[in-house]
Amino acid sequence: MTFIPKPQIDLPGQHENDLGLSLRDYEGSLSTLCAGCGHDSITAALVQALWEMSIRPEMLIKMSGIGCSSKTPAYFVHGAHGFNSVHGRMPSVATGASAANRDLICIGISGDGDSLSIGFGQFGHVIRRNVNMLYLIENNGVYGLTKGQFSASADAGSTAKNGTVNQMQNINTVATAISMGVSFVGRAFSGDREQLVPLLKAAIAHPGCAVLDIISPCVTFNNHEGSTKSYAYTREHKKQATETDLVPPRAEIKASYYAGDTHPVRLHDGSTILLKKADPDYDPTRRNNALAYLERHRRRGQIVTGLLFIDQNVPDMHIQSRTVATPLKDLDYRDLNPGSAALEALQRGMK
Amino acid sequence: MPATQSRVNDFVLKIATVNGTGSASANGLLLKALFRMGVPVTGKNLFPSNIQGLPTWYEIRANKDGYMSRTGRVDVMVAMNAQTYEKDMNEVSPGGFLVYDSTWPRRDVLARDDITVLGVPLAKLCNENFDVARLRILMKNVAYVGVLAALLNLDVDVIRKLLQESFAHKPQLVDSNLKAIMLGYDYAKQHFTCPLPVHAETMGDNSNNILITGNEAAGLGFVFAGATVGAWYPITPSTSLMDAFSGYCEQFRVDPETGDKRFCIIQAEDELAAAGIILGANWAGARAFTPTSGPGISLMSEFIGFAYYAEIPSVFIDVQRVGPSTGMPTRTQQCDVMMCAFASHGDTRHPLLFPANPKECFEMAITAFDLADRLQTPVFILSDLDIGMNDWMVPELTWDENYRPDRGKVLGPDDLAKMDRFIRYLDSDGDGITYRTLPGEDPKGAYFTRGSGHNRYGAYTEDSDAYQDVLDRLLVKWQTAKSLVPDAVLSRAMQPTKLGIVAYGSSDGAVIEARDRLAERGIHADYLRIRALPFTHEVEDFLHAHDTIFVVEQNRDAQMRSLLTLESADTANRLVPILHYNGMPIPSECIVSGISAYQEAAA
Repeated sequence: MTFIPKPQIDLPGQHENDLGLSLRDYEGSLSTLCAGCGHDSITAALVQALWEMSIRPEMLIKMSGIGCSSKTPAYFVHGAHGFNSVHGRMPSVATGASAANRDLICIGISGDGDSLSIGFGQFGHVIRRNVNMLYLIENNGVYGLTKGQFSASADAGSTAKNGTVNQMQNINTVATAISMGVSFVGRAFSGDREQLVPLLKAAIAHPGCAVLDIISPCVTFNNHEGSTKSYAYTREHKKQATETDLVPPRAEIKASYYAGDTHPVRLHDGSTILLKKADPDYDPTRRNNALAYLERHRRRGQIVTGLLFIDQNVPDMHIQSRTVATPLKDLDYRDLNPGSAALEALQRGMK
Repeated sequence: MPATQSRVNDFVLKIATVNGTGSASANGLLLKALFRMGVPVTGKNLFPSNIQGLPTWYEIRANKDGYMSRTGRVDVMVAMNAQTYEKDMNEVSPGGFLVYDSTWPRRDVLARDDITVLGVPLAKLCNENFDVARLRILMKNVAYVGVLAALLNLDVDVIRKLLQESFAHKPQLVDSNLKAIMLGYDYAKQHFTCPLPVHAETMGDNSNNILITGNEAAGLGFVFAGATVGAWYPITPSTSLMDAFSGYCEQFRVDPETGDKRFCIIQAEDELAAAGIILGANWAGARAFTPTSGPGISLMSEFIGFAYYAEIPSVFIDVQRVGPSTGMPTRTQQCDVMMCAFASHGDTRHPLLFPANPKECFEMAITAFDLADRLQTPVFILSDLDIGMNDWMVPELTWDENYRPDRGKVLGPDDLAKMDRFIRYLDSDGDGITYRTLPGEDPKGAYFTRGSGHNRYGAYTEDSDAYQDVLDRLLVKWQTAKSLVPDAVLSRAMQPTKLGIVAYGSSDGAVIEARDRLAERGIHADYLRIRALPFTHEVEDFLHAHDTIFVVEQNRDAQMRSLLTLESADTANRLVPILHYNGMPIPSECIVSGISAYQEAAA
C-alpha cells in the first residue's frame, strides 16, 4: 500500500465560501481506512466545518500520533501542513507548534489507544496547559491496526470479536477531561453529521483546548453484537444533552431558530456558541453537574452527547505565559538578541 | 612532620560543610576574592543529592599557571562538618593544614602528625557575638572566610568590597558579615603564624576574565542564539541551565510597558513531552531547545529518531551525570557520548558538540542552532556536571554584532511562487539537505511530516526504492555536516613526536596540565581536542600521524575511542584508552600516571 492521491474533480455548481474556496479545497488524499469506517465520516464532517468557517488552509496544522485515527490528517485540507508524530505524543508536538506560532489553528486527531493508554499523560497535560486546539479522539474501543485488542475505552462487559470479555473498567474520556480542568469538552457520534459539524465548529472557535470524544465504530473489529461501540449500539443508546451551533462574528443570531432554552456563549473572537439544552436537566457550565449527569446516564447504559462542559474563563497557554501577540517565530532577531553592550554589562557582575 | 614548602598562588583549599547552611555564599566570597587578586581560580561543588542536612564540599584551586583541573591534593581543609571530620582530615596532603571548629573537642584518635591542625572556636565566637540562632549558624560559615583570609593572605579590602556589592540592597548585612569575618580574621592573626607557607598574593590582572558556570553560559548562549521556546523537565544537573535561560529572558526579553514576553518556557510533564514540544516549535519555525541529562535522553530517544528521519531541526543539551540508570545524579562523567551519537532505533546518527568550558557552552549554544537549522536534524551539546555546575574562570564572552542566525533552507511564499511544485525531500543542491517550509505561510508549501516510511514528496511509502532514496540521502547530509561542525583543536608538543593525546569536553584542563608534567619527564605528546561529531578531517589525519594515541575520557567503556575506531578502523590498535569514571572530575595525575606507565611498559 502506498500514498493514493485523490483525483481533483471540479463539479459544476459547487458552492464557494467567503475565501472563494470550494469543499474540494478542503479535501486531502484518498482514505486507506476500511470502507464504512467511522473515521471517514468524521473527516467528511471536518471538511464541511472548515469550509463553512472559511479557514485559510495554510493557517491550519493537522497533528496526530499513531493508529487508524492518526492517519486521517492526510485525508483533509491538502493545503495545510500535517504532522504525524509518534504514538501518544501528538499533544506535546501540538503544544510546541502552538508555542512557536499562536496564530495557527491546530487540530489534533487522536484515538482511544493513542490518548487513553500510551498517551494518557500527554492527554492530561495538554488539557491542563489549555493549549488552543481542537483535540479530537476518534473512539472505537479497539486497536484496529494490530487487529482487534481492547483499548482502555472498551466498556466492562463488552466482548471482542473473538469472544473475549473485557473485565476492566473503561476510561471515560469526557469525565477524565472534566476532572483535568478542560475548558471545552463534548461527545458525538460519527454517524450523526448534523450534530457533529456544528460541534466541530464550536470546538475550533473555542480559544483553548477543546476536547471532542467521537464514538467512531470500527467496522472490522468492533461492530459486532456484544460491542458497545458499534453503529447499532451507539444509535440505540445515544442521549443528546445539548444541541450546539456556532454563529460567526458578524452573522445575525436568529432567535426563532434557537428558541427555547438557549444559552449563548460569546467567544473572544466575537463568534457565539449557541447551546440549546436537549435535556432540561443539563447545565454544561457547571463541572459537578456535568460529572453527575454523565455518571447517572452511564449507569443507565446511555451515551451522553453534545457540548457537555464549557468554561470560557480558563486562560490558554499563551495567556498564562504572557507571550507577546506576534507569533514567536515571526519576531525579528534584533528583538531577541540582547547585543554586545548588554553582554558586557552583564559580565561586570561575574568579575 | 614534613616541612611545608612555601608555595604562593598554588594551592588547593577544600571546605567541608553541611548542605543548606549558607556555605555557598561564603565559598563564593573566597573564590571571588582570589579572582579579584588576579589569581587564576576554579571552584568545584561536590554535593549530595539532597536538599538539606547532608555533607557537601567545595574545592577551590588557585594556580598561578592557570591550571584548572582537579589535582587530588588538599593543602588546606576547612572541616566544618563533624560528621565527615575523620574523612576530611585523612584527605589532607602531608604537610597540609586542617582548620576545624574547636568549640567542641575532637577525639585524640582523630589526629595526624604529618599535618598542622588549627582549631578555631567558630561557633563559640559567633554565639558570643550574634543574638539570633539562624544568624549564629550562618555567620559561623562566614567567620571561616575571615580565618582563611588571615591564613591565606587574602585581601580584606577586596572582601569588604565584594560584600558591599553583593549586599548593595541590604547594607546592614554588610556589617554583620564583616563582623563575622573579622572575628575569624583576628582570632587567626592572634593565635597562628600568618600567612601559612601556602598562601595567595596579588598577581596579574583578571579584568578580562569572568567566573561563570557552564549552565549559566549555555542559558545565555541560547538567548543570544534567538531561541524563543524552551521546554524541559527538571533533572540534575541541567536544571540551573533553564533557570539561567529563564532569568536572562526575563531580563532582556520582556516589554517594559506591556509585560509581554518574547519567549515561552514550558515545564513539560516528562522528557518525552519536552522533546515533542521542541520538535513542534522548531517545525513551526521558532528556535527551540531542551536541556536535560542522560536519563532524559533515554526517554527522548523515540522523538530524536523521529526528528532525524523527518528532518526537524532541534537542539538538545545533555549535561552529563554518572550512569547507568539513575546512577549518581550529582557526580560527573562523559558517559552519554555513544548514546547521543546514535540515539533511537533504526539507522540514526547525530551531530554532537563537545564544549570544554563555559565559554564554549555559550558559543556552542549558538553553533548548535545554526547547525540544526542548516542540517535540519537534531544536534546535541554534550556538557557535563563539572562544566555545567562548577565555577570556571574563562575569558570574557564577546559578541559579534554582525552575527545573524543561519536559518538554513527555508522557503517562503515568494520562493514558492517561482516554483512549479514544492517537493519537501528533494535534494536539489546535491548536499543532502532539502528545502522546508513553515506552516502558516502558503498552501503551496504544505507537506506531511511523518516518521513512517516516506518518499521524497513526504508521502507515505512502502516502496523499497523510494524509501532507500531518502535514507541514502541522509548519509550525504552526514558528509555535508563534516564541513560545518567546529574543527578539532591541535596543540603540538615542544618537539616532534609520534605520541598523541585525544580528548574532549571537560577533560581538556587535565590534559593541558598533564602534558606539561609529562614533558618534564621527557614524554612529549601532541594533543588533539575533538569538538564535534562527525569527525572533521584533522581527526583522521592526527590518528594516522601518530603511532600511539592516548584517548582520554571520563567513562568506563572508552566510548569516544569506539567512535574513532568506527571511523578509522585501521588505527584501532594504536588507540590506548586512558579512563577515569569514579564520578569526580578527572585529575591531571590520572593522565600523567596512565601515560607514564604505558610508556615504561612499552620501553
